[in-house]
Amino acid sequence: MGQTPAIEAEGLVKNFGKTKALAGFDLTVPAGTVYGLLGPNGAGKTTAVRVFATLLRPDGGRARVLGRDVADEAAEVRRQIGLTGQYAALDEYLTGRANLIMIGQLSRLTPAAAKRRADEMLERFSLTEAAGRAVKTYSGGMRRRLDLAASLIGYPSVLFLDEPTTGLDPNARAMTWEIVRELADSGTTLLLTTQYLDEADQLARRIAVIDGGAVIAEGTPDQLKSSVGGEHLDVALAAGADVEAAIVAVKPFATGGVQPDEDGRRLSVPVTAAEGLTTQVVRALDQAGVPVNDVTMQRASLDDVFLALTGHATRQEEAA
Amino acid sequence: MTSITAELAPPQDVTYGRSALSHFAADVWVLTKRSIARIRNEPETLADVTIMPVIFILMFAYVFGGAILLPGHGSYHEYLIGGMLGMGLAQTAPGVAVALVTDMSTGLMDRFRSLPMSRWAVLVARSIAELLTQLIGAAIVVCVGLAIGWRVHTGAGDVIEALALSLLFGYAFTWAGVWLGMMLRSPEAAQATGFIIFLPLTFVSSAFVPIQGMPGWLQPIAVWNPMSALAAASRHLFGNPNPAAAVHAWPMQHPELAVIGWSLIMLAIFAPLAVRQYRRKVLG
Repeated sequence: MGQTPAIEAEGLVKNFGKTKALAGFDLTVPAGTVYGLLGPNGAGKTTAVRVFATLLRPDGGRARVLGRDVADEAAEVRRQIGLTGQYAALDEYLTGRANLIMIGQLSRLTPAAAKRRADEMLERFSLTEAAGRAVKTYSGGMRRRLDLAASLIGYPSVLFLDEPTTGLDPNARAMTWEIVRELADSGTTLLLTTQYLDEADQLARRIAVIDGGAVIAEGTPDQLKSSVGGEHLDVALAAGADVEAAIVAVKPFATGGVQPDEDGRRLSVPVTAAEGLTTQVVRALDQAGVPVNDVTMQRASLDDVFLALTGHATRQEEAA
Repeated sequence: MTSITAELAPPQDVTYGRSALSHFAADVWVLTKRSIARIRNEPETLADVTIMPVIFILMFAYVFGGAILLPGHGSYHEYLIGGMLGMGLAQTAPGVAVALVTDMSTGLMDRFRSLPMSRWAVLVARSIAELLTQLIGAAIVVCVGLAIGWRVHTGAGDVIEALALSLLFGYAFTWAGVWLGMMLRSPEAAQATGFIIFLPLTFVSSAFVPIQGMPGWLQPIAVWNPMSALAAASRHLFGNPNPAAAVHAWPMQHPELAVIGWSLIMLAIFAPLAVRQYRRKVLG
């Protein structure tokens, strides 16, 4: 990679009293990608984002955004970043439009440009109708959209989204996902923290799993899943099918032992995923005269990954 | 660096490259406008400087006033306004604290901190907005005073001096409010603490009742209360009844100097404390 990474961290350490929020945190996020920071409450996700967004000085290690040190060149970093935290950081008593214009001007846009950009953002985030109302009348989803709009108004190259969908209803969540994808397509670098595995899986091109203030695994969602369990074919046999014949038929495709379940109605076949594999297996079973109801490719979920890596489940509540 | 940025701000749309001072002034202006817009959108947020003083004036003028005997037999209505002015100004301090705590607790301060703006502009804009609030409050006290029969019996110079002293006094209280806001965690706590501090401060003074009527052990507290100094200075400058002039204590004999002294002392204590807390919490 010859290009400057959008975000780099080397051995970041941050303590709050006796709590070690970051304990040797390393990260490299290439430019123009959506990167997921995945971890349970209290893992250090928010602390890491706050260091990158120049809100916290690390006690040790270095962090750079677009090659600029967040501690020594904070002013330069702030020109390039946008931040959306866990709570909508807006002035409740101002209108949506007034909030955006204010943030725009404080992001060093000229008054005219701030107004124009605010209207563009309101349009893009479907808030034009509510633009003239005070933010305190907004629903949770509308606030979150306005908050995202506010973090984008200054043309950031790197956007930090700290648990952007926590506490949102499914509709608002889907809308946020859509916006994240749109931003990703436009080439903005996004660092997204989440405690939802499906969210990281859906949105992020690469994921760092963090626990106890350090990255414990890193890779694409597929790599992380393969590292744990890989794929297997789940074969549901029809009533009266010959289990032994089925096992013989699928054996050539298996990378390990084929396991029937207790009732002899299902087979779990470890495989290496390849194009047309499912079809070949169905054909083989057909030729062997074994009737089947269903053949599906199963992959390890990120939940499996998390459990395997940390030894505890994801949504565990810790005293954060 | 070319492929990093998705969408660059058009150069004619950004103000980078201007001087730091012009950026600072622009930020202060944007944030002051924000406070004014809030007052416009929701005038009831000013209730503590608009409705409260009116209620207090009417209550003291028509309910308690008849029972309060002024040494020297002056008009209580004329006496009241000088004290009310001080109370109205001091009452704004909890409001500053609430506004700052709200910005901190909603995350808006964090957003400001992530922007390429001047971080000091937040404090300066807040103190300017407070000055405007205090001017509105003072204007209301004056209007209601005129309606209940309060009059100025001196010249324009004295009135200007009284106004200048009041604003200096109010500005000093603003910094006490800023410090309070930096020390507390929730807007509710700021509201409650402000009430606990500023209500006794107002009542154990000559704002509403003459000091001569208080028990002996309480009189020195009232005499050295900054609120008494402002009340005495205003009454003296407006030519209103000022029984405190008969109290043989330095602040009551030199109320104008006492107001300046108290204001400077408060500024010297609270401005650095507030700034230190702000540095710790906001500049990080």
